[in-house]
Amino acid sequence: MLFLIILILSFICGFFLPWWVASVVAFLVAFFIGKTSLPSFWSGFSAIFIVWAALALLKTLPNDNILAGRVVQLFPLPHNWIWLLLVTAVVGGLVGGMAALSGVLIKKIFRS
Amino acid sequence: MKFVKAFFSVGITFLLIWVLETKLGDIPPLGEFLNPVTGFWQNAESKNIMPTENLRLKGLYGKVIIKYDEHRIPHIFAANDHDLYFAQGYVTARDRLWQMDIQTRSASGRLSEIVGPKALEIDQYHRRTGMVFAAENALKGMFKNPVSHLMIVAYTDGVNNYIHQLAPENYPIEFKLLDYAPEEWKPINCALLLKLMSEILAGGSDQFGMTNNLKRFGAQAVNDLFPDYPFHEDPIIPIGTKWNFKPLPIPKPSASFMAQMTEGIKTHEIIDGIGSNNWAISGSKTANGYPILANDPHLDLSFPSIWYQLQMSSPTVNVYGVSLPGSPCIIIGYNQKISWGVTNVDAAVLDWYQIKFKDDTKSEYWYNNQWSKVKKRIEVIKVRGGKPVIDTVLYTHHGPVVYETEAKKPPGHHGNIPVGNAMRWLAHDESDDIMTFHLLNRGKNYNDYREALKYYTCPAQNFIFASSDNDIAITPNGKFPLKFKDQGKFILDGSDPANDWHGWIPAEQNPTIKNPPRGFVSSANQSSTDPTYPYYINWKFEQYYRGKRINDRLGAMKNATADSFRKIQTDNYSILAQDVLPTMLKYLDRSKMNNDHLTALAIVTNWNKHYDANSVGASIFNKWWIKLYDTIWRDHFAVKGIILKTPSYDRTEKLLLTEPSSYWFDNVHTPAKESGSDIVNIAFNSTINEMVKKFGKPGHKWQWGLVKKTYINHLANLPGFGTGEFFAGGTGGVINALKNNNGPSWRMVVQMGPVVKGYGVFPGGESGNPGSFYYSDMFKTWKDGKLNELLFLNSATDNSKRIKSTLVLN
Repeated sequence: MLFLIILILSFICGFFLPWWVASVVAFLVAFFIGKTSLPSFWSGFSAIFIVWAALALLKTLPNDNILAGRVVQLFPLPHNWIWLLLVTAVVGGLVGGMAALSGVLIKKIFRS
Repeated sequence: MKFVKAFFSVGITFLLIWVLETKLGDIPPLGEFLNPVTGFWQNAESKNIMPTENLRLKGLYGKVIIKYDEHRIPHIFAANDHDLYFAQGYVTARDRLWQMDIQTRSASGRLSEIVGPKALEIDQYHRRTGMVFAAENALKGMFKNPVSHLMIVAYTDGVNNYIHQLAPENYPIEFKLLDYAPEEWKPINCALLLKLMSEILAGGSDQFGMTNNLKRFGAQAVNDLFPDYPFHEDPIIPIGTKWNFKPLPIPKPSASFMAQMTEGIKTHEIIDGIGSNNWAISGSKTANGYPILANDPHLDLSFPSIWYQLQMSSPTVNVYGVSLPGSPCIIIGYNQKISWGVTNVDAAVLDWYQIKFKDDTKSEYWYNNQWSKVKKRIEVIKVRGGKPVIDTVLYTHHGPVVYETEAKKPPGHHGNIPVGNAMRWLAHDESDDIMTFHLLNRGKNYNDYREALKYYTCPAQNFIFASSDNDIAITPNGKFPLKFKDQGKFILDGSDPANDWHGWIPAEQNPTIKNPPRGFVSSANQSSTDPTYPYYINWKFEQYYRGKRINDRLGAMKNATADSFRKIQTDNYSILAQDVLPTMLKYLDRSKMNNDHLTALAIVTNWNKHYDANSVGASIFNKWWIKLYDTIWRDHFAVKGIILKTPSYDRTEKLLLTEPSSYWFDNVHTPAKESGSDIVNIAFNSTINEMVKKFGKPGHKWQWGLVKKTYINHLANLPGFGTGEFFAGGTGGVINALKNNNGPSWRMVVQMGPVVKGYGVFPGGESGNPGSFYYSDMFKTWKDGKLNELLFLNSATDNSKRIKSTLVLN
């Protein structure tokens, strides 16, 4: 549930709000409906991971990945655009996961 | 415990976001850059193009229809000239905004603002050579002419219309990588761009080296080694052409002394081999009876491409060709009546004057037996992540004192404060060069061409011309200072008015020729004229190699077609090798050679003198010649701590061919006395030894295309954004002058006639976006030595299958 709500909200916000709003979404959703720490982290992580990967794919696939194929060469990564997609999704995932974890941990303080 | 956990978790989250939002060194803020919503993924252009697009723009008078062809080249149809230049600015910005931004920043010395202190030196150089001062003067000149004023203002409005509606996620990727935002385009930027061209083409100098040569070797040796007219030449205006004008009196040389050379000033030296080709052949020598014209300007190649191709049409004009992103008009192109092109004239329009200051305040300098006031110009260079650097540049009536020694003097170096030199540079003068292109774009015949050239000042160009009226012509053209012979070959005494420029060569007396008996005109940066031309333009020009080959081929040509011209443009034949190789081979002592040497010798002996990509002979000859050249001169001219100018290839040829026992062959560091033949043998042996060591036994690894490095980089040298190294023929002194990252930046051939047909290609593509399918789509065609047939539409309703989409602005 937590996963699905973060996923949908951050996907929608993604189209018109700055990138870090994803962390606010993950934080708030976890704050209100999150229960335990580790599952919250993974929900946040996988939701943003998927949203960022999906949004990136939406752009790069009709581009035949020519841009990603060039940009990946700026990074210390193998010269295959897939790696850039992974890095992007993991960065988003980490932000989402940490924000969700923070949300649920703050909630626990207020609970006690 | 809960509190600590929550605290850490929140802390790490904030830290993570902070790191991702912060520019760390050269690394852009990664969160900004990677996120798919506003980051670089947004720059990935879809292969699905909208067939029609309508945009409402503020400031247009009427409707503009822009047709994009299969290479995404815009064909603009406007109802008036204002809208035409507005639209040119708009579409150029849409495709090349970052390039326009970075080039004008670079020209105006503002790179440090975005990349930090590492660009400080280049910024200071541009400030101190007066690039902004030059652009201000140019703008003054352009704004005095209502026609140029309209073009500049409309173009600027068009660019700004694009910038204003640009959301951050749509910024070109380089803005995201360098983490800055585009700024408003200003009219002066158009002028800065033209000044950048002047700097590239007419901003070099070798007076320092020449002055040092004079002190070291004496006048006799310098006159011998650095003659005012080359050993081999095939001038642009054919030898023996009569001058049908009464020249102005030539100024008398000043009696003043040669300036002291006290410091190693760093300006860029004139680099040999930079140049361009153009030629036109009369209808009598072509298959369809009308002239054909060709042009390929050689520049440092880069992505985004230097040129932007487009067709521009309004009720006053319909022209096709290439423009410079950031400047209105077509620079090289054709319409249905005329075609024209340019190559650089190596005119001496930058001279150095030694300045004598009154005292340490440097507020007055000695000129014409009295003290004159120095004007001070404060330059503030903003530096990203640091304090602004404030620089005062001193201006004399000659121009800026570029290098102020006191500040630059290395620590511990005491003694008198060395006196700086002022730069007299034509590019600093008021001018209205853009008007030349305005008129050429609309030109109908030879008279229009001549009229257009009058406006042109700098960088001087060989303007070639062909018309459907069956005229061909060429004019080495620009504003040429009236000088005494060799004035400015060495540093001049800035206190003596006799050393000032003495006015100008009248524009109509610039060398020119129309429909010469030989049936063609051409230029490849060589001497404008033979020594009978009454005025002094320069003591040295680019050497004759490319020019001679072009003239040899055109002379032999009958029934020429556009394709014969394309083949000449990609000709790799070396006149240098033709001149010197037989003599070099003659001198070789075969008795002491090992097998590798003999194999290599057989290859180079049988070499066809073409610098083709798969040629091994070319690699051997090339290295052998350079070794020979270095071995001859290095012991005399490579002196630590002093900048000396080495004699030209042409002079070296003369030495080798006609003075085999010259003093200059002797290596001063050995007890033996070497002759020409000794040096040829030494050079051959070390060439082959080094090549065997590096590439193994003579074989396919020795191919010229592998030995020579050829590549095109992105303007910011970003890996993956350029072409990487590619296998290609050509070199500096052959028509196909492709070497390293320098070469033909646009190849154009135009067949005149009742219906004019143009062919052309440049390395790269129309779009400056590395995420576009049109970023480098023309590169392969260019690399393969082919040309695209250019699409010339007669009107917006002219149907063509090659039109892929339409943009309507109103």
